[in-house]
Amino acid sequence: MSGESHHGSSGHHGNESHHELGFLRKWVFSIDHKVIGIQYTITSLCFLFLGFCLMMLMRWQLAYPLKPLPFIGHWFSEQIMPGGIMLPEFYNSLGAMHGTIMVFLGVVPLLVGGFGNYVMPLQIGAPDMSFPKLNMMSYWVYFCGGVVMLASFFMPGGAANSGWTSYAPLSVISQQGPTFYAKFFSGQTFWLMGMVFLITSSLLGSVNFIVTIIQLRAKGMTMFRLPFFVWSQFVTAFLLLLAFPPLEAAGVLQLMDRLAGTSFFMPSGLIVSGQAAPYTGGGSPLLWQHLFWFLAHPEVYVLILPGLGIVAEVIANNTRKPLWGYRIMIYAIVFLGFMSFIVWAHHMFMTGMGTKISAFFAATTMIISIPSVVVLTAMLLSLHRSSIRFSVPMLFALAFLPMFAIGGLTGLPLGLPASDIHLHDTYYVIGHFHYVVVPGSIFAIFAGIYHWYPKATGRKLNEVLGKMHFWLSVIFANGVFFPMFFQGMAGVSRRLYDQTAYAHGEAIQSLARMSSWSAWCLGLAQLPFILNFFMSMFAGKKVKENPWDATTLEWAAPSPPPHGNFLTEPVVYRGPYEYSVPGNPRDFYPQFVTEA
Amino acid sequence: MSTQVLPYTVHPHPITGVYSGKLGTWLFLASEVMLFGALFSTYVLLRIGAGDAWPSHHDTHLSIPIGTINTLVLIVSSVTMVMAWASLKMGNLSMGRAYLAVTVLLAITFLVVKFFFEYKVKWAAGTRPSTSTFFAIYFTLTGLHAIHILGGIVVISYFLFPGVGLWKKDPEYYTNRIECTGLYWHFVDLVWIFLFPVLYLM
Amino acid sequence: MIVAAMQIFSHRRNATKRLFLGAALWVLAVGLLLPTATAFAQAVAADTSGVKIDGTYGFGLPPDVSEHGWQIDRLINILHVFMAILFVGWGIFLVRCLVLYRKKPGHAASYELLKAKPAKYAEIVVMVFEVIVLVGFSMPVWASVKNDLPKDSENPFKVRVIAEQFAWNFHYPGPDGVFGRSAPQFVNGADNPAGIDRSDQAGKDDLVAGELHFPVGEPIICELTSKDVIHSFFLPVMRIKQDTIPGMRIPVWFKAKQSGNYEVACAQLCGNNHYKMKALMVIEPRAKFDEWLKKKSEIIEFKED
Repeated sequence: MSGESHHGSSGHHGNESHHELGFLRKWVFSIDHKVIGIQYTITSLCFLFLGFCLMMLMRWQLAYPLKPLPFIGHWFSEQIMPGGIMLPEFYNSLGAMHGTIMVFLGVVPLLVGGFGNYVMPLQIGAPDMSFPKLNMMSYWVYFCGGVVMLASFFMPGGAANSGWTSYAPLSVISQQGPTFYAKFFSGQTFWLMGMVFLITSSLLGSVNFIVTIIQLRAKGMTMFRLPFFVWSQFVTAFLLLLAFPPLEAAGVLQLMDRLAGTSFFMPSGLIVSGQAAPYTGGGSPLLWQHLFWFLAHPEVYVLILPGLGIVAEVIANNTRKPLWGYRIMIYAIVFLGFMSFIVWAHHMFMTGMGTKISAFFAATTMIISIPSVVVLTAMLLSLHRSSIRFSVPMLFALAFLPMFAIGGLTGLPLGLPASDIHLHDTYYVIGHFHYVVVPGSIFAIFAGIYHWYPKATGRKLNEVLGKMHFWLSVIFANGVFFPMFFQGMAGVSRRLYDQTAYAHGEAIQSLARMSSWSAWCLGLAQLPFILNFFMSMFAGKKVKENPWDATTLEWAAPSPPPHGNFLTEPVVYRGPYEYSVPGNPRDFYPQFVTEA
Repeated sequence: MSTQVLPYTVHPHPITGVYSGKLGTWLFLASEVMLFGALFSTYVLLRIGAGDAWPSHHDTHLSIPIGTINTLVLIVSSVTMVMAWASLKMGNLSMGRAYLAVTVLLAITFLVVKFFFEYKVKWAAGTRPSTSTFFAIYFTLTGLHAIHILGGIVVISYFLFPGVGLWKKDPEYYTNRIECTGLYWHFVDLVWIFLFPVLYLM
Repeated sequence: MIVAAMQIFSHRRNATKRLFLGAALWVLAVGLLLPTATAFAQAVAADTSGVKIDGTYGFGLPPDVSEHGWQIDRLINILHVFMAILFVGWGIFLVRCLVLYRKKPGHAASYELLKAKPAKYAEIVVMVFEVIVLVGFSMPVWASVKNDLPKDSENPFKVRVIAEQFAWNFHYPGPDGVFGRSAPQFVNGADNPAGIDRSDQAGKDDLVAGELHFPVGEPIICELTSKDVIHSFFLPVMRIKQDTIPGMRIPVWFKAKQSGNYEVACAQLCGNNHYKMKALMVIEPRAKFDEWLKKKSEIIEFKED
């Protein structure tokens, strides 16, 4: 499959074009985009695993409510799990932190910080990011944000427990203490501070990405010769740049409400457990939701766009055929980016919205579904009359298509206000966005890891373990999330500690059990991957620079690329997906080759 | 450090017409606009929600003369910032540094006035952010703005003293950095020019 | 050693693959079928809090006892049929491609892209469909359920719903049919959870209950508010959901077409005991309802003496 894939501009001169750096400068405080990309990848994979573990704990309570957790129940303190039975406050902490960790510390840093950092400069033919020191700083700020978030678990009262959305006034009044000290050292306050770190990190990163894509493209690399993945990162960076600051503002305001006793989100006349709450009032609880969702809806696209980018790369490479509608796909995601700023209130249909406003946001929501359908259709059409190579990355990319379709389609009843009346805040929502993120973004992440691992390490991941990982994951991911649609239809609310408290929940408790068992099996299904990831570093099949016979620029650099990336300055001659060009002896025609 | 030099750190890109630092600064400012935009929106929303309960500037006891003085201080500092850049552009380092020093002094003046003639007086009178929604907004917005001023002071001081070595290596690079700092500084001034009427006059 | 392990894997490739696929299918079958079977077995009326809850619950939508609910159910059903058609269509195309165009000797990919007229038409169909469901099936329902409250001439029955951590309080106007003044400063624990000003003439006979009773077949307006945090007033069998937001009073209305005992749920995370924040909803004929109201207000009067 690999074999002769060395040609044109890249030569073979060892990999020492720079003098050696000390360990600390090379691997810890590195300013090389590739090392930072790997740092991001490893850190966020750890966070993904942690977030997954939190969820597996929750799934016990959901499957077997109020039963002691077997085997590991006694590892936890009596304050959160007396007798091995999870308390509601601990359950709520797990829920809030699962969401926060998965979104802000796991998937986004992995897709943007990890893949974006590692692959994007290589794909545009840049020696590094525009601002290497800023790049290092954004990683370390992200790292600090992660540490703050983790520290919140050890606060008195536990980690934040008001949901990953932290709706005020609940988030302001929960875990409050009498003194400033007690207010400061509380899970929710740490959550807010952690968010401020993470947002700052994203801002620094997004400035860097945009400038790099605009300024550092190789000679001949016009905007419409950029691989689709780079375009997806470009749009994503704009979303991060413009959508995150309002949440930063909201975070500061909520910190003021918690620590200084202001009333930005606190209306007048609050009575908490029979006592008048010590707030002057005059604030608006809905203000928080507007500021939050103004970020968090674009954030949804931040979660999926780079995933679409990875899948597009993998599909083009493994179908041996140009992507169908490359330009249409780019226009679609740019449009998607714009639209994502004016759909946020569809998360708030139940807050007492009038017909006109709800119709507006429902209409924008329907409009934004069109470009998503376009991108998905384009990828499907790319399969037509192709020659599909069922490699492991391709398997994940192929599974992505129908799974993401389920995730997208189930957004429809939620985006229409009338059907949302019944489905809002039920398990249907959980099923919907997990289908987008798990067999969507996370499968795209796996596709990306299997695809670019040879570039980063010079070795391939094992195919058999990879296929095992794939089949188990695809089965159990569906096992976890598909029952949720039925739970949602039946009216089971999300974030419920025990759904059997309600008649409609008790009747379908078996579905919760099915989800749980699938989730634990999904956890086990990741073992082949973890094993593969570490084993292949030493024992994987060695590869040259272009093992997949790919066309984009990252495959012109040695595997792994040295500091500065390319041995000779790359020049780009054609579009990114010139596969199976008629009259060409080989079925791929790389961007960096002068002639076939 | 690597021997590798990134293109367009000093000279503008032939197509986009800007060097990377300037583009980055503009993008950063775009995000700052969103940050303060969200805060000003908060102000508008809460003020509309409050209706007649909103205090008039008569009740808030904010001193318009002090606010005016601070506005003038910042406007002058913007001018000196431009002069610093212009001097550097003409190759006059000592003049440029002098203007930078004046800018820093003006910025410090602003903060001193803010802290000792405004915050301290209010604090002594028992006014806290929790006193009313108006003061919540007043302290949060001016506080955040003060942090931005402080950031500007740190950056300018860096280029004034330890960072000046860059001039010896590459005067254009140094001048560019001052230009970017200037962009940021003008933005911070602009925020105050919005804050002043919103909080003191309206 | 690691290398050896990996080699074993690659040598036994086909055997492992077959074994593994078999196991996977088995797990899938057991995983899907077993819970399905048990779910149907359990799909009978459940008894949660001492009171028998009416209706049959299981997979699919809960029973619908409201007059407007069929419109919401209809929309949900239309959407799912449409989604299924689209998904199956895509799926057939996908599977067809996977089978026909897998890499094999003598087969090469075509550089030419598909002239995708059908895709374009599909796209247009999706768009038209979305416009139809939005304008024809969603907006009118939303307007009537959430906005077009029954006029006074229709004589709607009004209840004020005051949510708090972790209980629902239902404030009835009492026999005079007029709500008394209420304000946060009058709230006094369990004695006066709704904060009714008892010195107000209209408020003297007001009563507050922990159960939502209302007459069947009459328009009911619930005015929702919250004392502390955001809750969500969710009546699954009535196809009603509305956030209750402190500082706001938001009305919803509905009409029941059938009597029975059902549940009121909280659908918005509101704190530790969110899952226990439920109340009984009793829909009864007018005569029985009047009797209940009378009995309740007698208790109040007794208390005031």
